[in-house]
Amino acid sequence: MYPEDYLYTKDHEWIAVQDSVGTIGITDYAQHELGDVVYVDLPEVGDTFESGEPFGSVESVKAVSEVFCPISGEVVAVNEKLEENPELINQSPHQDAWMIKVRITNPDDLKELLSSEEYEEYLQEQAGA
Amino acid sequence: MIELKRTALNSIHRQLGGRMVDFAGWDMPVQYAGTIKEHLAVRTRAGIFDVSHMGELEVTGPTAADTLQRVTCNDINRLAISQCQYSALTTPKGTFVDDLVIYRMAPDHFFLCVNASNQEKDFAWIREHALDRTEVRFRSNDFSQIAIQGPRALEILAPLTDIDMAGMKYYWFARGKFAGIEAIVSRTGYTGEDGFEVYCDPAHAEMVWGRIMNSGKPFGVEPAGLAARNTLRLEAKMLLYGNDMDETTTVLEADLGWICRFDKGDFIGRDELLKQKDGLKRILVGFEMTGREIARDHYPVEIDGKRVASVTSGSPAPFLKKNIGLTYLPTDRRSVGTEFSVIVREKPVTAKVVPTPFYRRRQPV
Repeated sequence: MYPEDYLYTKDHEWIAVQDSVGTIGITDYAQHELGDVVYVDLPEVGDTFESGEPFGSVESVKAVSEVFCPISGEVVAVNEKLEENPELINQSPHQDAWMIKVRITNPDDLKELLSSEEYEEYLQEQAGA
Repeated sequence: MIELKRTALNSIHRQLGGRMVDFAGWDMPVQYAGTIKEHLAVRTRAGIFDVSHMGELEVTGPTAADTLQRVTCNDINRLAISQCQYSALTTPKGTFVDDLVIYRMAPDHFFLCVNASNQEKDFAWIREHALDRTEVRFRSNDFSQIAIQGPRALEILAPLTDIDMAGMKYYWFARGKFAGIEAIVSRTGYTGEDGFEVYCDPAHAEMVWGRIMNSGKPFGVEPAGLAARNTLRLEAKMLLYGNDMDETTTVLEADLGWICRFDKGDFIGRDELLKQKDGLKRILVGFEMTGREIARDHYPVEIDGKRVASVTSGSPAPFLKKNIGLTYLPTDRRSVGTEFSVIVREKPVTAKVVPTPFYRRRQPV
């Protein structure tokens, strides 16, 4: 379910790192909690974010959910497909519905993130709580 | 933690995979299969809703009609036996204690359906203003309420009762046997679609729900939650107490002049409403976002960079596929086409006034 080569946050974002660029999206758990996604608000290429800062939002019929940047960096690409097809978030949260690509400025940020195993454990804890 | 109240259908919602939330102190399903799916089912086929959290009051006695004439702004004398009337309980300022539907069971016997969050307040208010020989009873615990809404609602329900469902006109009701038990069935709803609401003894609610689900299966009936109920009512521009109007907004400001019958004689708030009639400063309008951004409840509304109001209800409209909302604008800005700004995440975004209701069903009953 949760790709092993991705890292995760407790706010339910994922990041896939290749070289110094991280591709970021929201997890399957997050899209399921939100329900039908109808709008995705993304930043612009060149915007910079600190780790933990909101970079955009995902909206369902009922709710608005902010999405937080797992690491500090500069946006180098945004997934423009999400503007026309926000439902991709529900259909393919871990692949087609990536949201932004970020050039990572502080690789140490990655140490703070969860592995897929840790994230799945975290979800189980939450469900049990 | 305060224990949430449960309707008689609580375990059914859980079995159906309903996502339960706290709504006005009630443990209610916000959605089952998905809000969009449920919304579209109601517009094209049928949806079934548990609305048992709604409050019921009974007003009886030789002066019952006079009491209601005094505490509500619509004209009770225009209400025939077996007819329903949308109305409001008004404060001396002409604002809303609540909005409600009044059922006339007999000349001196009325059944009131009121908002869940206001039921105790309404009960106290009507009692306080009741004339001698009017009895007001709190009946909320004695009824479950199930709404079946959508173009196929009639076909689904007709086989379950001897009541002449096809012959029942919009905003009329009947008492009789439904699914084998005593019920009140009205052709009413909160979706802008044709449909019915069934009031019955909570002891039979699960059975009634089950019978309707079975009868509705060939027609594609979907259980629908509070989220779909909200988007459906908004498309139809049916107001939501606490969002679109409350004790700070008058009946005229809420653009409900049609339920304000000045010619009927005195009622609480009449003087203030009469004064306001010719100098209304603001009015509730419907708007559409011109871009992709979604206006949400409470987002600020600006005209020429100045804050004038908030969005009272704002949402994507799943059937219309537009982002719509309601807000109070100065009356000189009410006309269709007028543009203003909704502040979405600190950015002003253009919205324009559009005709309402946003959605109107094709064949009114």
